[in-house]
Amino acid sequence: MATDIQTSPEKASSDRTRIIRDGLRRRHLNEQIFRGLGIAAIAIALGFVALLFVDVFRKGIPAFVQSNLHLSVTYDAELIDVGPAPARGDFPSDAEYTAASLKWQREVALLNWNTIVEAALRKAAPAGFEIDTRQIQTIPETNARHQIREMFVRDPSLLGQTVDVEVLASANAANWIKGNIDRSLGDAQQQLSAPARQLIDTFVEDGTISNGFAWTIFTNVDSRAAPASAGLLGAFVGTLWMMLIVVLLAVPIGVAAAIYLEEFAPKSRLTDLIEVNINNLAAVPSIVFGLLGAAVFINWFHLPISAPLVGGLVLTLMTLPTIIIATRGALMGVSPALRQAALGMGASKTQMVFHHVLPTTFPSILTATILGVAHALGETAPLLLIGMKAFVASVPATPLDQAAALPVQIYLWQGNENRNFFEPRTAAAIMVLLAVMILLNGVAIYLRSRLEKRA
Amino acid sequence: MDMLAGKVKKTSLNVDSAMNPTDVLERPIRLTARDVTVHYGTKQALHGISIDIPDRAVTAFIGPSGCGKSTFLRCINRMNDTIEGAKVGGTIKLDGEDIYAPALDVVELRARIGMVFQKPNPFPKSIYDNVAYGPRIHGLARNKADLDEIVVSSLRKAGLFEEVKDRLQEPGTGLSGGQQQRLCIARAIAVGPEVILMDEPCSALDPIATAVIEELIDELRENYTIVIVTHSMQQAARVSQRTAFFHLGNLIEQGPTEDIFTNPVNKQTQDYIMGRIG
Repeated sequence: MATDIQTSPEKASSDRTRIIRDGLRRRHLNEQIFRGLGIAAIAIALGFVALLFVDVFRKGIPAFVQSNLHLSVTYDAELIDVGPAPARGDFPSDAEYTAASLKWQREVALLNWNTIVEAALRKAAPAGFEIDTRQIQTIPETNARHQIREMFVRDPSLLGQTVDVEVLASANAANWIKGNIDRSLGDAQQQLSAPARQLIDTFVEDGTISNGFAWTIFTNVDSRAAPASAGLLGAFVGTLWMMLIVVLLAVPIGVAAAIYLEEFAPKSRLTDLIEVNINNLAAVPSIVFGLLGAAVFINWFHLPISAPLVGGLVLTLMTLPTIIIATRGALMGVSPALRQAALGMGASKTQMVFHHVLPTTFPSILTATILGVAHALGETAPLLLIGMKAFVASVPATPLDQAAALPVQIYLWQGNENRNFFEPRTAAAIMVLLAVMILLNGVAIYLRSRLEKRA
Repeated sequence: MDMLAGKVKKTSLNVDSAMNPTDVLERPIRLTARDVTVHYGTKQALHGISIDIPDRAVTAFIGPSGCGKSTFLRCINRMNDTIEGAKVGGTIKLDGEDIYAPALDVVELRARIGMVFQKPNPFPKSIYDNVAYGPRIHGLARNKADLDEIVVSSLRKAGLFEEVKDRLQEPGTGLSGGQQQRLCIARAIAVGPEVILMDEPCSALDPIATAVIEELIDELRENYTIVIVTHSMQQAARVSQRTAFFHLGNLIEQGPTEDIFTNPVNKQTQDYIMGRIG
């Protein structure tokens, strides 16, 4: 200080400038380092996301292509040795007609439809191609015979006729065609016999086998006997039921609880305790919720195992804390000026909350809800514990039916023995799940921006 | 001192009290406060305030920041109830009725005592809905036509109607600061209150908007009892007939505005008016 006074004002000023300039250099450097770190952090995060997407898409996209076998199937009267299908006119009552018709269908089902499929395959194969029955049957998917039989049941007049039918190639055939299996491996390590492989190649060349978009992924349920026909419809509908239950239960309960806690509950030790516990609940591992669900909903309330209702209830419990915390946060963020304005006008507390506070927080609550639901959508662990990892080959018509769920379906396919075929299919299922999630998030962003613009 | 007194006389707004220095306390008393104390937790914010507020006149509370003038204002419509840990003692009577009586409904009280806040705080709704909100919740309009009339007349009284008549459905938050504050005044008037409390209504406004609001306050005085808290002594001098000076939670001096500004009895009042404290 003393020296400052002694030095000339010009010198003091230039000294100060120099000191500030030196400091500035350091400050700018710090800023640049911080910016660099920030960009690096974002780049790393985005890099991993990109890696995930690229990997999933690279693996999954081939699964959306399926190999179709174009056969001309002859409903040979010699092979199809059943009487004519019963007609309604021959029977006095509906009951008798139904009984007769079921009896006829049973007879049809007992026929060896494999011979018809085999005949069609042999007709498509080059003349004199040597391949035994067992070997040739590995080319079409096992559901081909059901498909051809069902066509006959629906239209018995096909007897004696030849029709063009498109059936799925088997999973092993698809692996061979797509190159999912190393072609140079020896016979012992191949899933298909040498003649079958050769015939498949011939079929691909002459167009008997062609590739098409795999609609079956969206229209079929899961299948173990006919893996090439395994689809996601059952799991998708199961997930849809669960999400419906989550939205119907978690949103009203969560929002109501948050409003009460934030706006009406007296601040006491009890409400503090509740608050702490809700925060803790959000951090409870999801598998614990599964155990709770199994113990309470299944063992105690005797709700059906593997049902979307139970899954939905468990996911509701899991989503509740998220929604409560997000809603409370949104309510807390409402400006005190708005509350005062409402109270100053003589609005009651309830009117203040429902006329003014809630409408302004609506976009945030909505976003939190959708994100909570999206989170629940991908939850797998609790579902395994309430029996949803069972193989279910049907579309649940009600939330009480047995069902799979999308994430569980991914888990099941991931564990399938036919790795070559199910790895792409798992990736495809992940793509569908991601698409649903991105859709939900997109809806959240859209609604949010729209509602905020309106407010 | 003389300079300031001259200023008071010059303002056209204050002709009434400037030319006729008789105390407006001769008018009927609307509000009486006796020994009002406020504690925020363990901290005492007000030490026994006693004051009478006359009908259809503007009473100004002045004083340095943290003196308790806003706190006292918020006791009058029980807005302190909403603050955690605030405790109010003493009595405040509106037309002889104790506003802190257990039987009194605070919602009803706030319909009778309107409030305008420091920062304009219109609801994020249309201009129309802002004004219509009070009448709607209190059930003051029998039908749509009734409500329309209340809205229009309130906006007119607040001197805002001509500026917004073509955009009543547009959001109130889209108006300028001064217009927003007049919208808040219209919103308060729409309920038909007897008393209007104003907590530094011009502190967030520019001088022109402030002048408009001050003029409005002067007009509203004919129909409403107005209590205004203000930082600006000039504003108190311009719009009020009575002034009360607060300092450190005490009511130091009160009286006709003219007297307070030209002839303060208390040393502290004098110091504040001369700009020595505050």
